[in-house]
Amino acid sequence: MLKLEKRPQPSRAFSYLTPIFAVIATMIAGGLLFAALGKDPVLAIRTIFYEPLFGEFAFYYAPQLLVKGGPLILIAVGLSLGFRAGIWNIGAEGQYIIGAICGAAVGLAFYPLDAWYIFPLMVIAGALGGLLWAMIPALLKVKFGTNEILVSLMLVYVAENLLAAMALGPLKNPEGHGFPGSRNLKDYPAAHNDELITGTGMHWGVAAAFIAVILAYILLNRHSLGFSIRLTGEAPRAAKFSGVNPARLILFCLGMSGLTAGLAGLFEVAGPAGQISIDFNTGYGFTAIIVAFLGRLHPVGILLAGLLMALTYIGGEIAQSNMGLPSAAIQAFQGMLLFFLLAVDLLTNYRIRLAAKGAA
Amino acid sequence: MSAPLLDIQGLTKAYPGVVANDTVSFAIGEGEIHALLGENGAGKSTLVKMIYGLVKPDSGTMTLRGAPYTPAEPRAARAAGVAMVFQHFSLFEALNVAENIALGMENPPAMRDLADRIKQVSEEYGLPLDPYRLVGDLSAGERQRVEIIRCLLQEPKLLIMDEPTSVLTPQEVEILFETLRKLRAEGTSILYISHKLEEIRALCDAATILRLGKNVGTCVPRDTTAREMAELMVGSALHTPKSAGAEMGDVVLEVTGLSLPAPSQFGTALKEVNLSLRKGEVLGIGGVAGNGQDELLAALSGETRVARDAVKMNGHPIGHLGPQARRRIGILSAPEERLGHAAAPDMSLTENALLTGAVRKRLVSKGFLNWGRARAFAEEVIEAFDVRTPGPGNAARSLSGGNLQKFVIGREVLQDPIVLVVNQPTWGVDASAAAAIRQALLDLAAKGVGVIVISQDLDELMEVADHFAALNEGRLTGVRPTQGLTVEEIGLMMGGAHDMEVAHVEG
Repeated sequence: MLKLEKRPQPSRAFSYLTPIFAVIATMIAGGLLFAALGKDPVLAIRTIFYEPLFGEFAFYYAPQLLVKGGPLILIAVGLSLGFRAGIWNIGAEGQYIIGAICGAAVGLAFYPLDAWYIFPLMVIAGALGGLLWAMIPALLKVKFGTNEILVSLMLVYVAENLLAAMALGPLKNPEGHGFPGSRNLKDYPAAHNDELITGTGMHWGVAAAFIAVILAYILLNRHSLGFSIRLTGEAPRAAKFSGVNPARLILFCLGMSGLTAGLAGLFEVAGPAGQISIDFNTGYGFTAIIVAFLGRLHPVGILLAGLLMALTYIGGEIAQSNMGLPSAAIQAFQGMLLFFLLAVDLLTNYRIRLAAKGAA
Repeated sequence: MSAPLLDIQGLTKAYPGVVANDTVSFAIGEGEIHALLGENGAGKSTLVKMIYGLVKPDSGTMTLRGAPYTPAEPRAARAAGVAMVFQHFSLFEALNVAENIALGMENPPAMRDLADRIKQVSEEYGLPLDPYRLVGDLSAGERQRVEIIRCLLQEPKLLIMDEPTSVLTPQEVEILFETLRKLRAEGTSILYISHKLEEIRALCDAATILRLGKNVGTCVPRDTTAREMAELMVGSALHTPKSAGAEMGDVVLEVTGLSLPAPSQFGTALKEVNLSLRKGEVLGIGGVAGNGQDELLAALSGETRVARDAVKMNGHPIGHLGPQARRRIGILSAPEERLGHAAAPDMSLTENALLTGAVRKRLVSKGFLNWGRARAFAEEVIEAFDVRTPGPGNAARSLSGGNLQKFVIGREVLQDPIVLVVNQPTWGVDASAAAAIRQALLDLAAKGVGVIVISQDLDELMEVADHFAALNEGRLTGVRPTQGLTVEEIGLMMGGAHDMEVAHVEG
């Protein structure tokens, strides 16, 4: 009989080891899944984890790691602040869209002017757009006690419709022969978020993600506001006793996660995506929730988790095209990763003991 | 005495790093009220858990009426006739009494039959209880009756009671004792765990004293003084807190007409609370749990903001200030609930030192945390209050209740308060640690600090307080000097017979 016993305090070793266990368990279970589909499991796992980094076409795939990982990390870091405090922003996807619309609109408004300040203005507009979109659930929660999970999630669908309206209306390319979608910002150097170093995938959004990781680390470990966030998540009553103002914390956490999501949207629309289009958003805002938890809500963990998630995306695509694996199998594979992580997470706070038989 | 009901021989239970029970042997006779005494961490709970089947002993034997007794789980213990009333009730507030009792039964009878049984048993043992009342509406004393009746319905041979009187008024204690004596007369044995030595002397036939997991002596409480028993528990001469008897100064804190709605469905509204506290005064506030203690502490700590003029410090209105602002001007407090309210369970002691010490100990500068100073402050508390822990990096939840309590009180005492408000400062703390905490409070008062001690332990209030008042359904009685108060008077104050000189306008 296996028995769970609560540890007197969380195990530090296990909090670092569990993500590794989870990845190994995912490889094993995923391998079984692929084998059941009649594919070579070793080859499939190798394709997903090894091919993008060291394979024949790594020069093409490796930069994609940063391109895909950057927005995930940037959004997840912002979300993790709120998650730490028990404030659940599920609508980062919406804030990402609004950030992209606002940033792109500012850039397009200046077209075809060439000036150095255009891109910085777009960044500010993108950040503000995401922040303001997140303020809707924040203010409703503070003033009326609404549930931020529902409000922020519903606003994703509002944002998606707004995106379609923009792509078909005000932001439509006047020279686009009637096709939906805005001008391509790649063709407008003053507004283009180009690679900082050619061939690496490194653009301003990736830089912003790294900066966000560092700032979040400092905030959580060195600043009293970060302490208030952690305290509120760990023991809400103790936080109130300590003097934390819950309303201020809600505004800050939702605001920051909106801001980072908005930034990610702006960098994406001005960079890899290039234009506002109906299907501009690809679910980064939702995947970032998984990344935040996979990274244990810790800034450095999120950095690693974002890269790992990006790897499974890219590797998954390669496996789809090279081996003919169905995309559902790849999604199941990614789901397993989160499932195993949450499952082995138990070991941080509990230990498994062999209990004598009969003591059920 | 005839053959014992339960005979325990050489019971040992070791946890990693600590031997909780080391070859403990004792026997509980038939129809005997047997006290189990010991400091916190002496191994009382482990011993009781082994008897109740929650913990398996490493070695040793238990014999119940001559037959080997090895309960694998509480269900087996109950089947063998052993029942237990825990210190913390496990009741659902939103369900009524009968429903709560049915939840704990193997095969609950039909609700109407059960209600009849409850009525019958409650009348038989002098514990009046309406089976259809909502548990949320019951006082702590009545909730305890629910737990006791739940046990009595099983007709136990041995009833274990863990600190049963900590939530009762003196009058309720008398009722409980009558019930226990009646049970004894019918042949039921009772294992009675308590810190209150006078109670044990009044009630128990025998006492077993544990220290550091070992049985250090058995005595007949009636023939032993409370002091002798306490010294057996502690293993050394007991230090009695002494007041330096400082002169009281000017009024430092004044509460006038403080009224607050109940914070939740099961909270208590404060009604027209008035009090004034002088420098160097210890004001004791008694009352049965759930009569507004938590709410009063929250209003004084700033956790609940109140009308500007309802609370004044040195004549300045401060009712609108939050906890940090009040700490800045010297009002510190320690709530009753250690884990989750006074301290964050999963955070380290260093982080918990930061929880209230940030302002006065200057642990934060320009918004940035000074971990070095925070750790030093945590170490200072650990050192000064003899908190048993490997170090300030350990999580608060890894400390025993008594040790965490010492930390929580020490954290406030060492911040040089001008006014200190504590709720249940020695709840669940062993005798020597409780004495140390009380002494620290008296030392503060001697230095001119105004201290408010909210407590359900009347002996404690009589020991430390200069003045006494009681909370009853959110109202505070008039303040009376502690000296010369009789237990009867206190009981009446707690029960709601308000002092004649304070006329309350009923709302």
